[in-house]
Amino acid sequence: MPNKTLTIALMDPPYESANSTTALRIIAAALKKGINVNVFAYEGAVNLPFKDQAPHANPVKGTTVEEEDHPTTKNFVASLLEIGKASPLLTWVNCGLCVDERGAGNSIDGVKRGGPGDFLKMAQESTNTLVIPTK
Amino acid sequence: MKILNIVETAYRATLEEQDDTILWLSRALKNAGADLSILLRGNAVNYIVNQECPALKIGNATINHPARPTEDINKLSEKGVDVFVVREDVEERGIDGSSCITNIQMIGRVDIAKVFDQHDQIWHW
Repeated sequence: MPNKTLTIALMDPPYESANSTTALRIIAAALKKGINVNVFAYEGAVNLPFKDQAPHANPVKGTTVEEEDHPTTKNFVASLLEIGKASPLLTWVNCGLCVDERGAGNSIDGVKRGGPGDFLKMAQESTNTLVIPTK
Repeated sequence: MKILNIVETAYRATLEEQDDTILWLSRALKNAGADLSILLRGNAVNYIVNQECPALKIGNATINHPARPTEDINKLSEKGVDVFVVREDVEERGIDGSSCITNIQMIGRVDIAKVFDQHDQIWHW
């Protein structure tokens, strides 16, 4: 499916909603089909690729950090950016103002800073746009 | 102080957390000495259905230890936590009782107020 591009707007922060993992799975599926993907991370979603995320042990279950093997959304995003580094291309844009108000500037490599204008441009240049808002 | 934790939203971030956050919090509170009960209502009644959540891969990153809400409920029950489930919410979803765990107390909606009366604080998550 060449020359198709999907733009996705995300709002939910990590670790709060099934929306995030659903969106990441849609992105993975689109890349697997060779579809270029643009992500505009808005509001809490700018923390999905936050670099300081760290896995933790689970004291309730009595598991260590290694045993728990806790997933982090930054690793999911990093993996998707690696898959989408050329063709297909994944472009991840964090809303800059949303980043600033959260102090979430320390993102993993490959994440760009932008704004609503970038979202509009990505949507205009895409085959379609999928909005996954916070409810 | 006796607390009733009402769990209504099901599978909220369970993939990322590898736990239901409120069942996890309930276990942590219980371990810290809390006297609490659980009331499952709405979509959370599906947590009493025996289930196996599969491991998942997103890109090349994996979720190796998915949430096991039914096991969490069993663990809470083993610790003496009463787990109430709203019968009508189970029936409305067509959940077959034979596929569910049994160490829970099924109650009707008309009985919810009585359960509230047995607790000092109601925490509706």
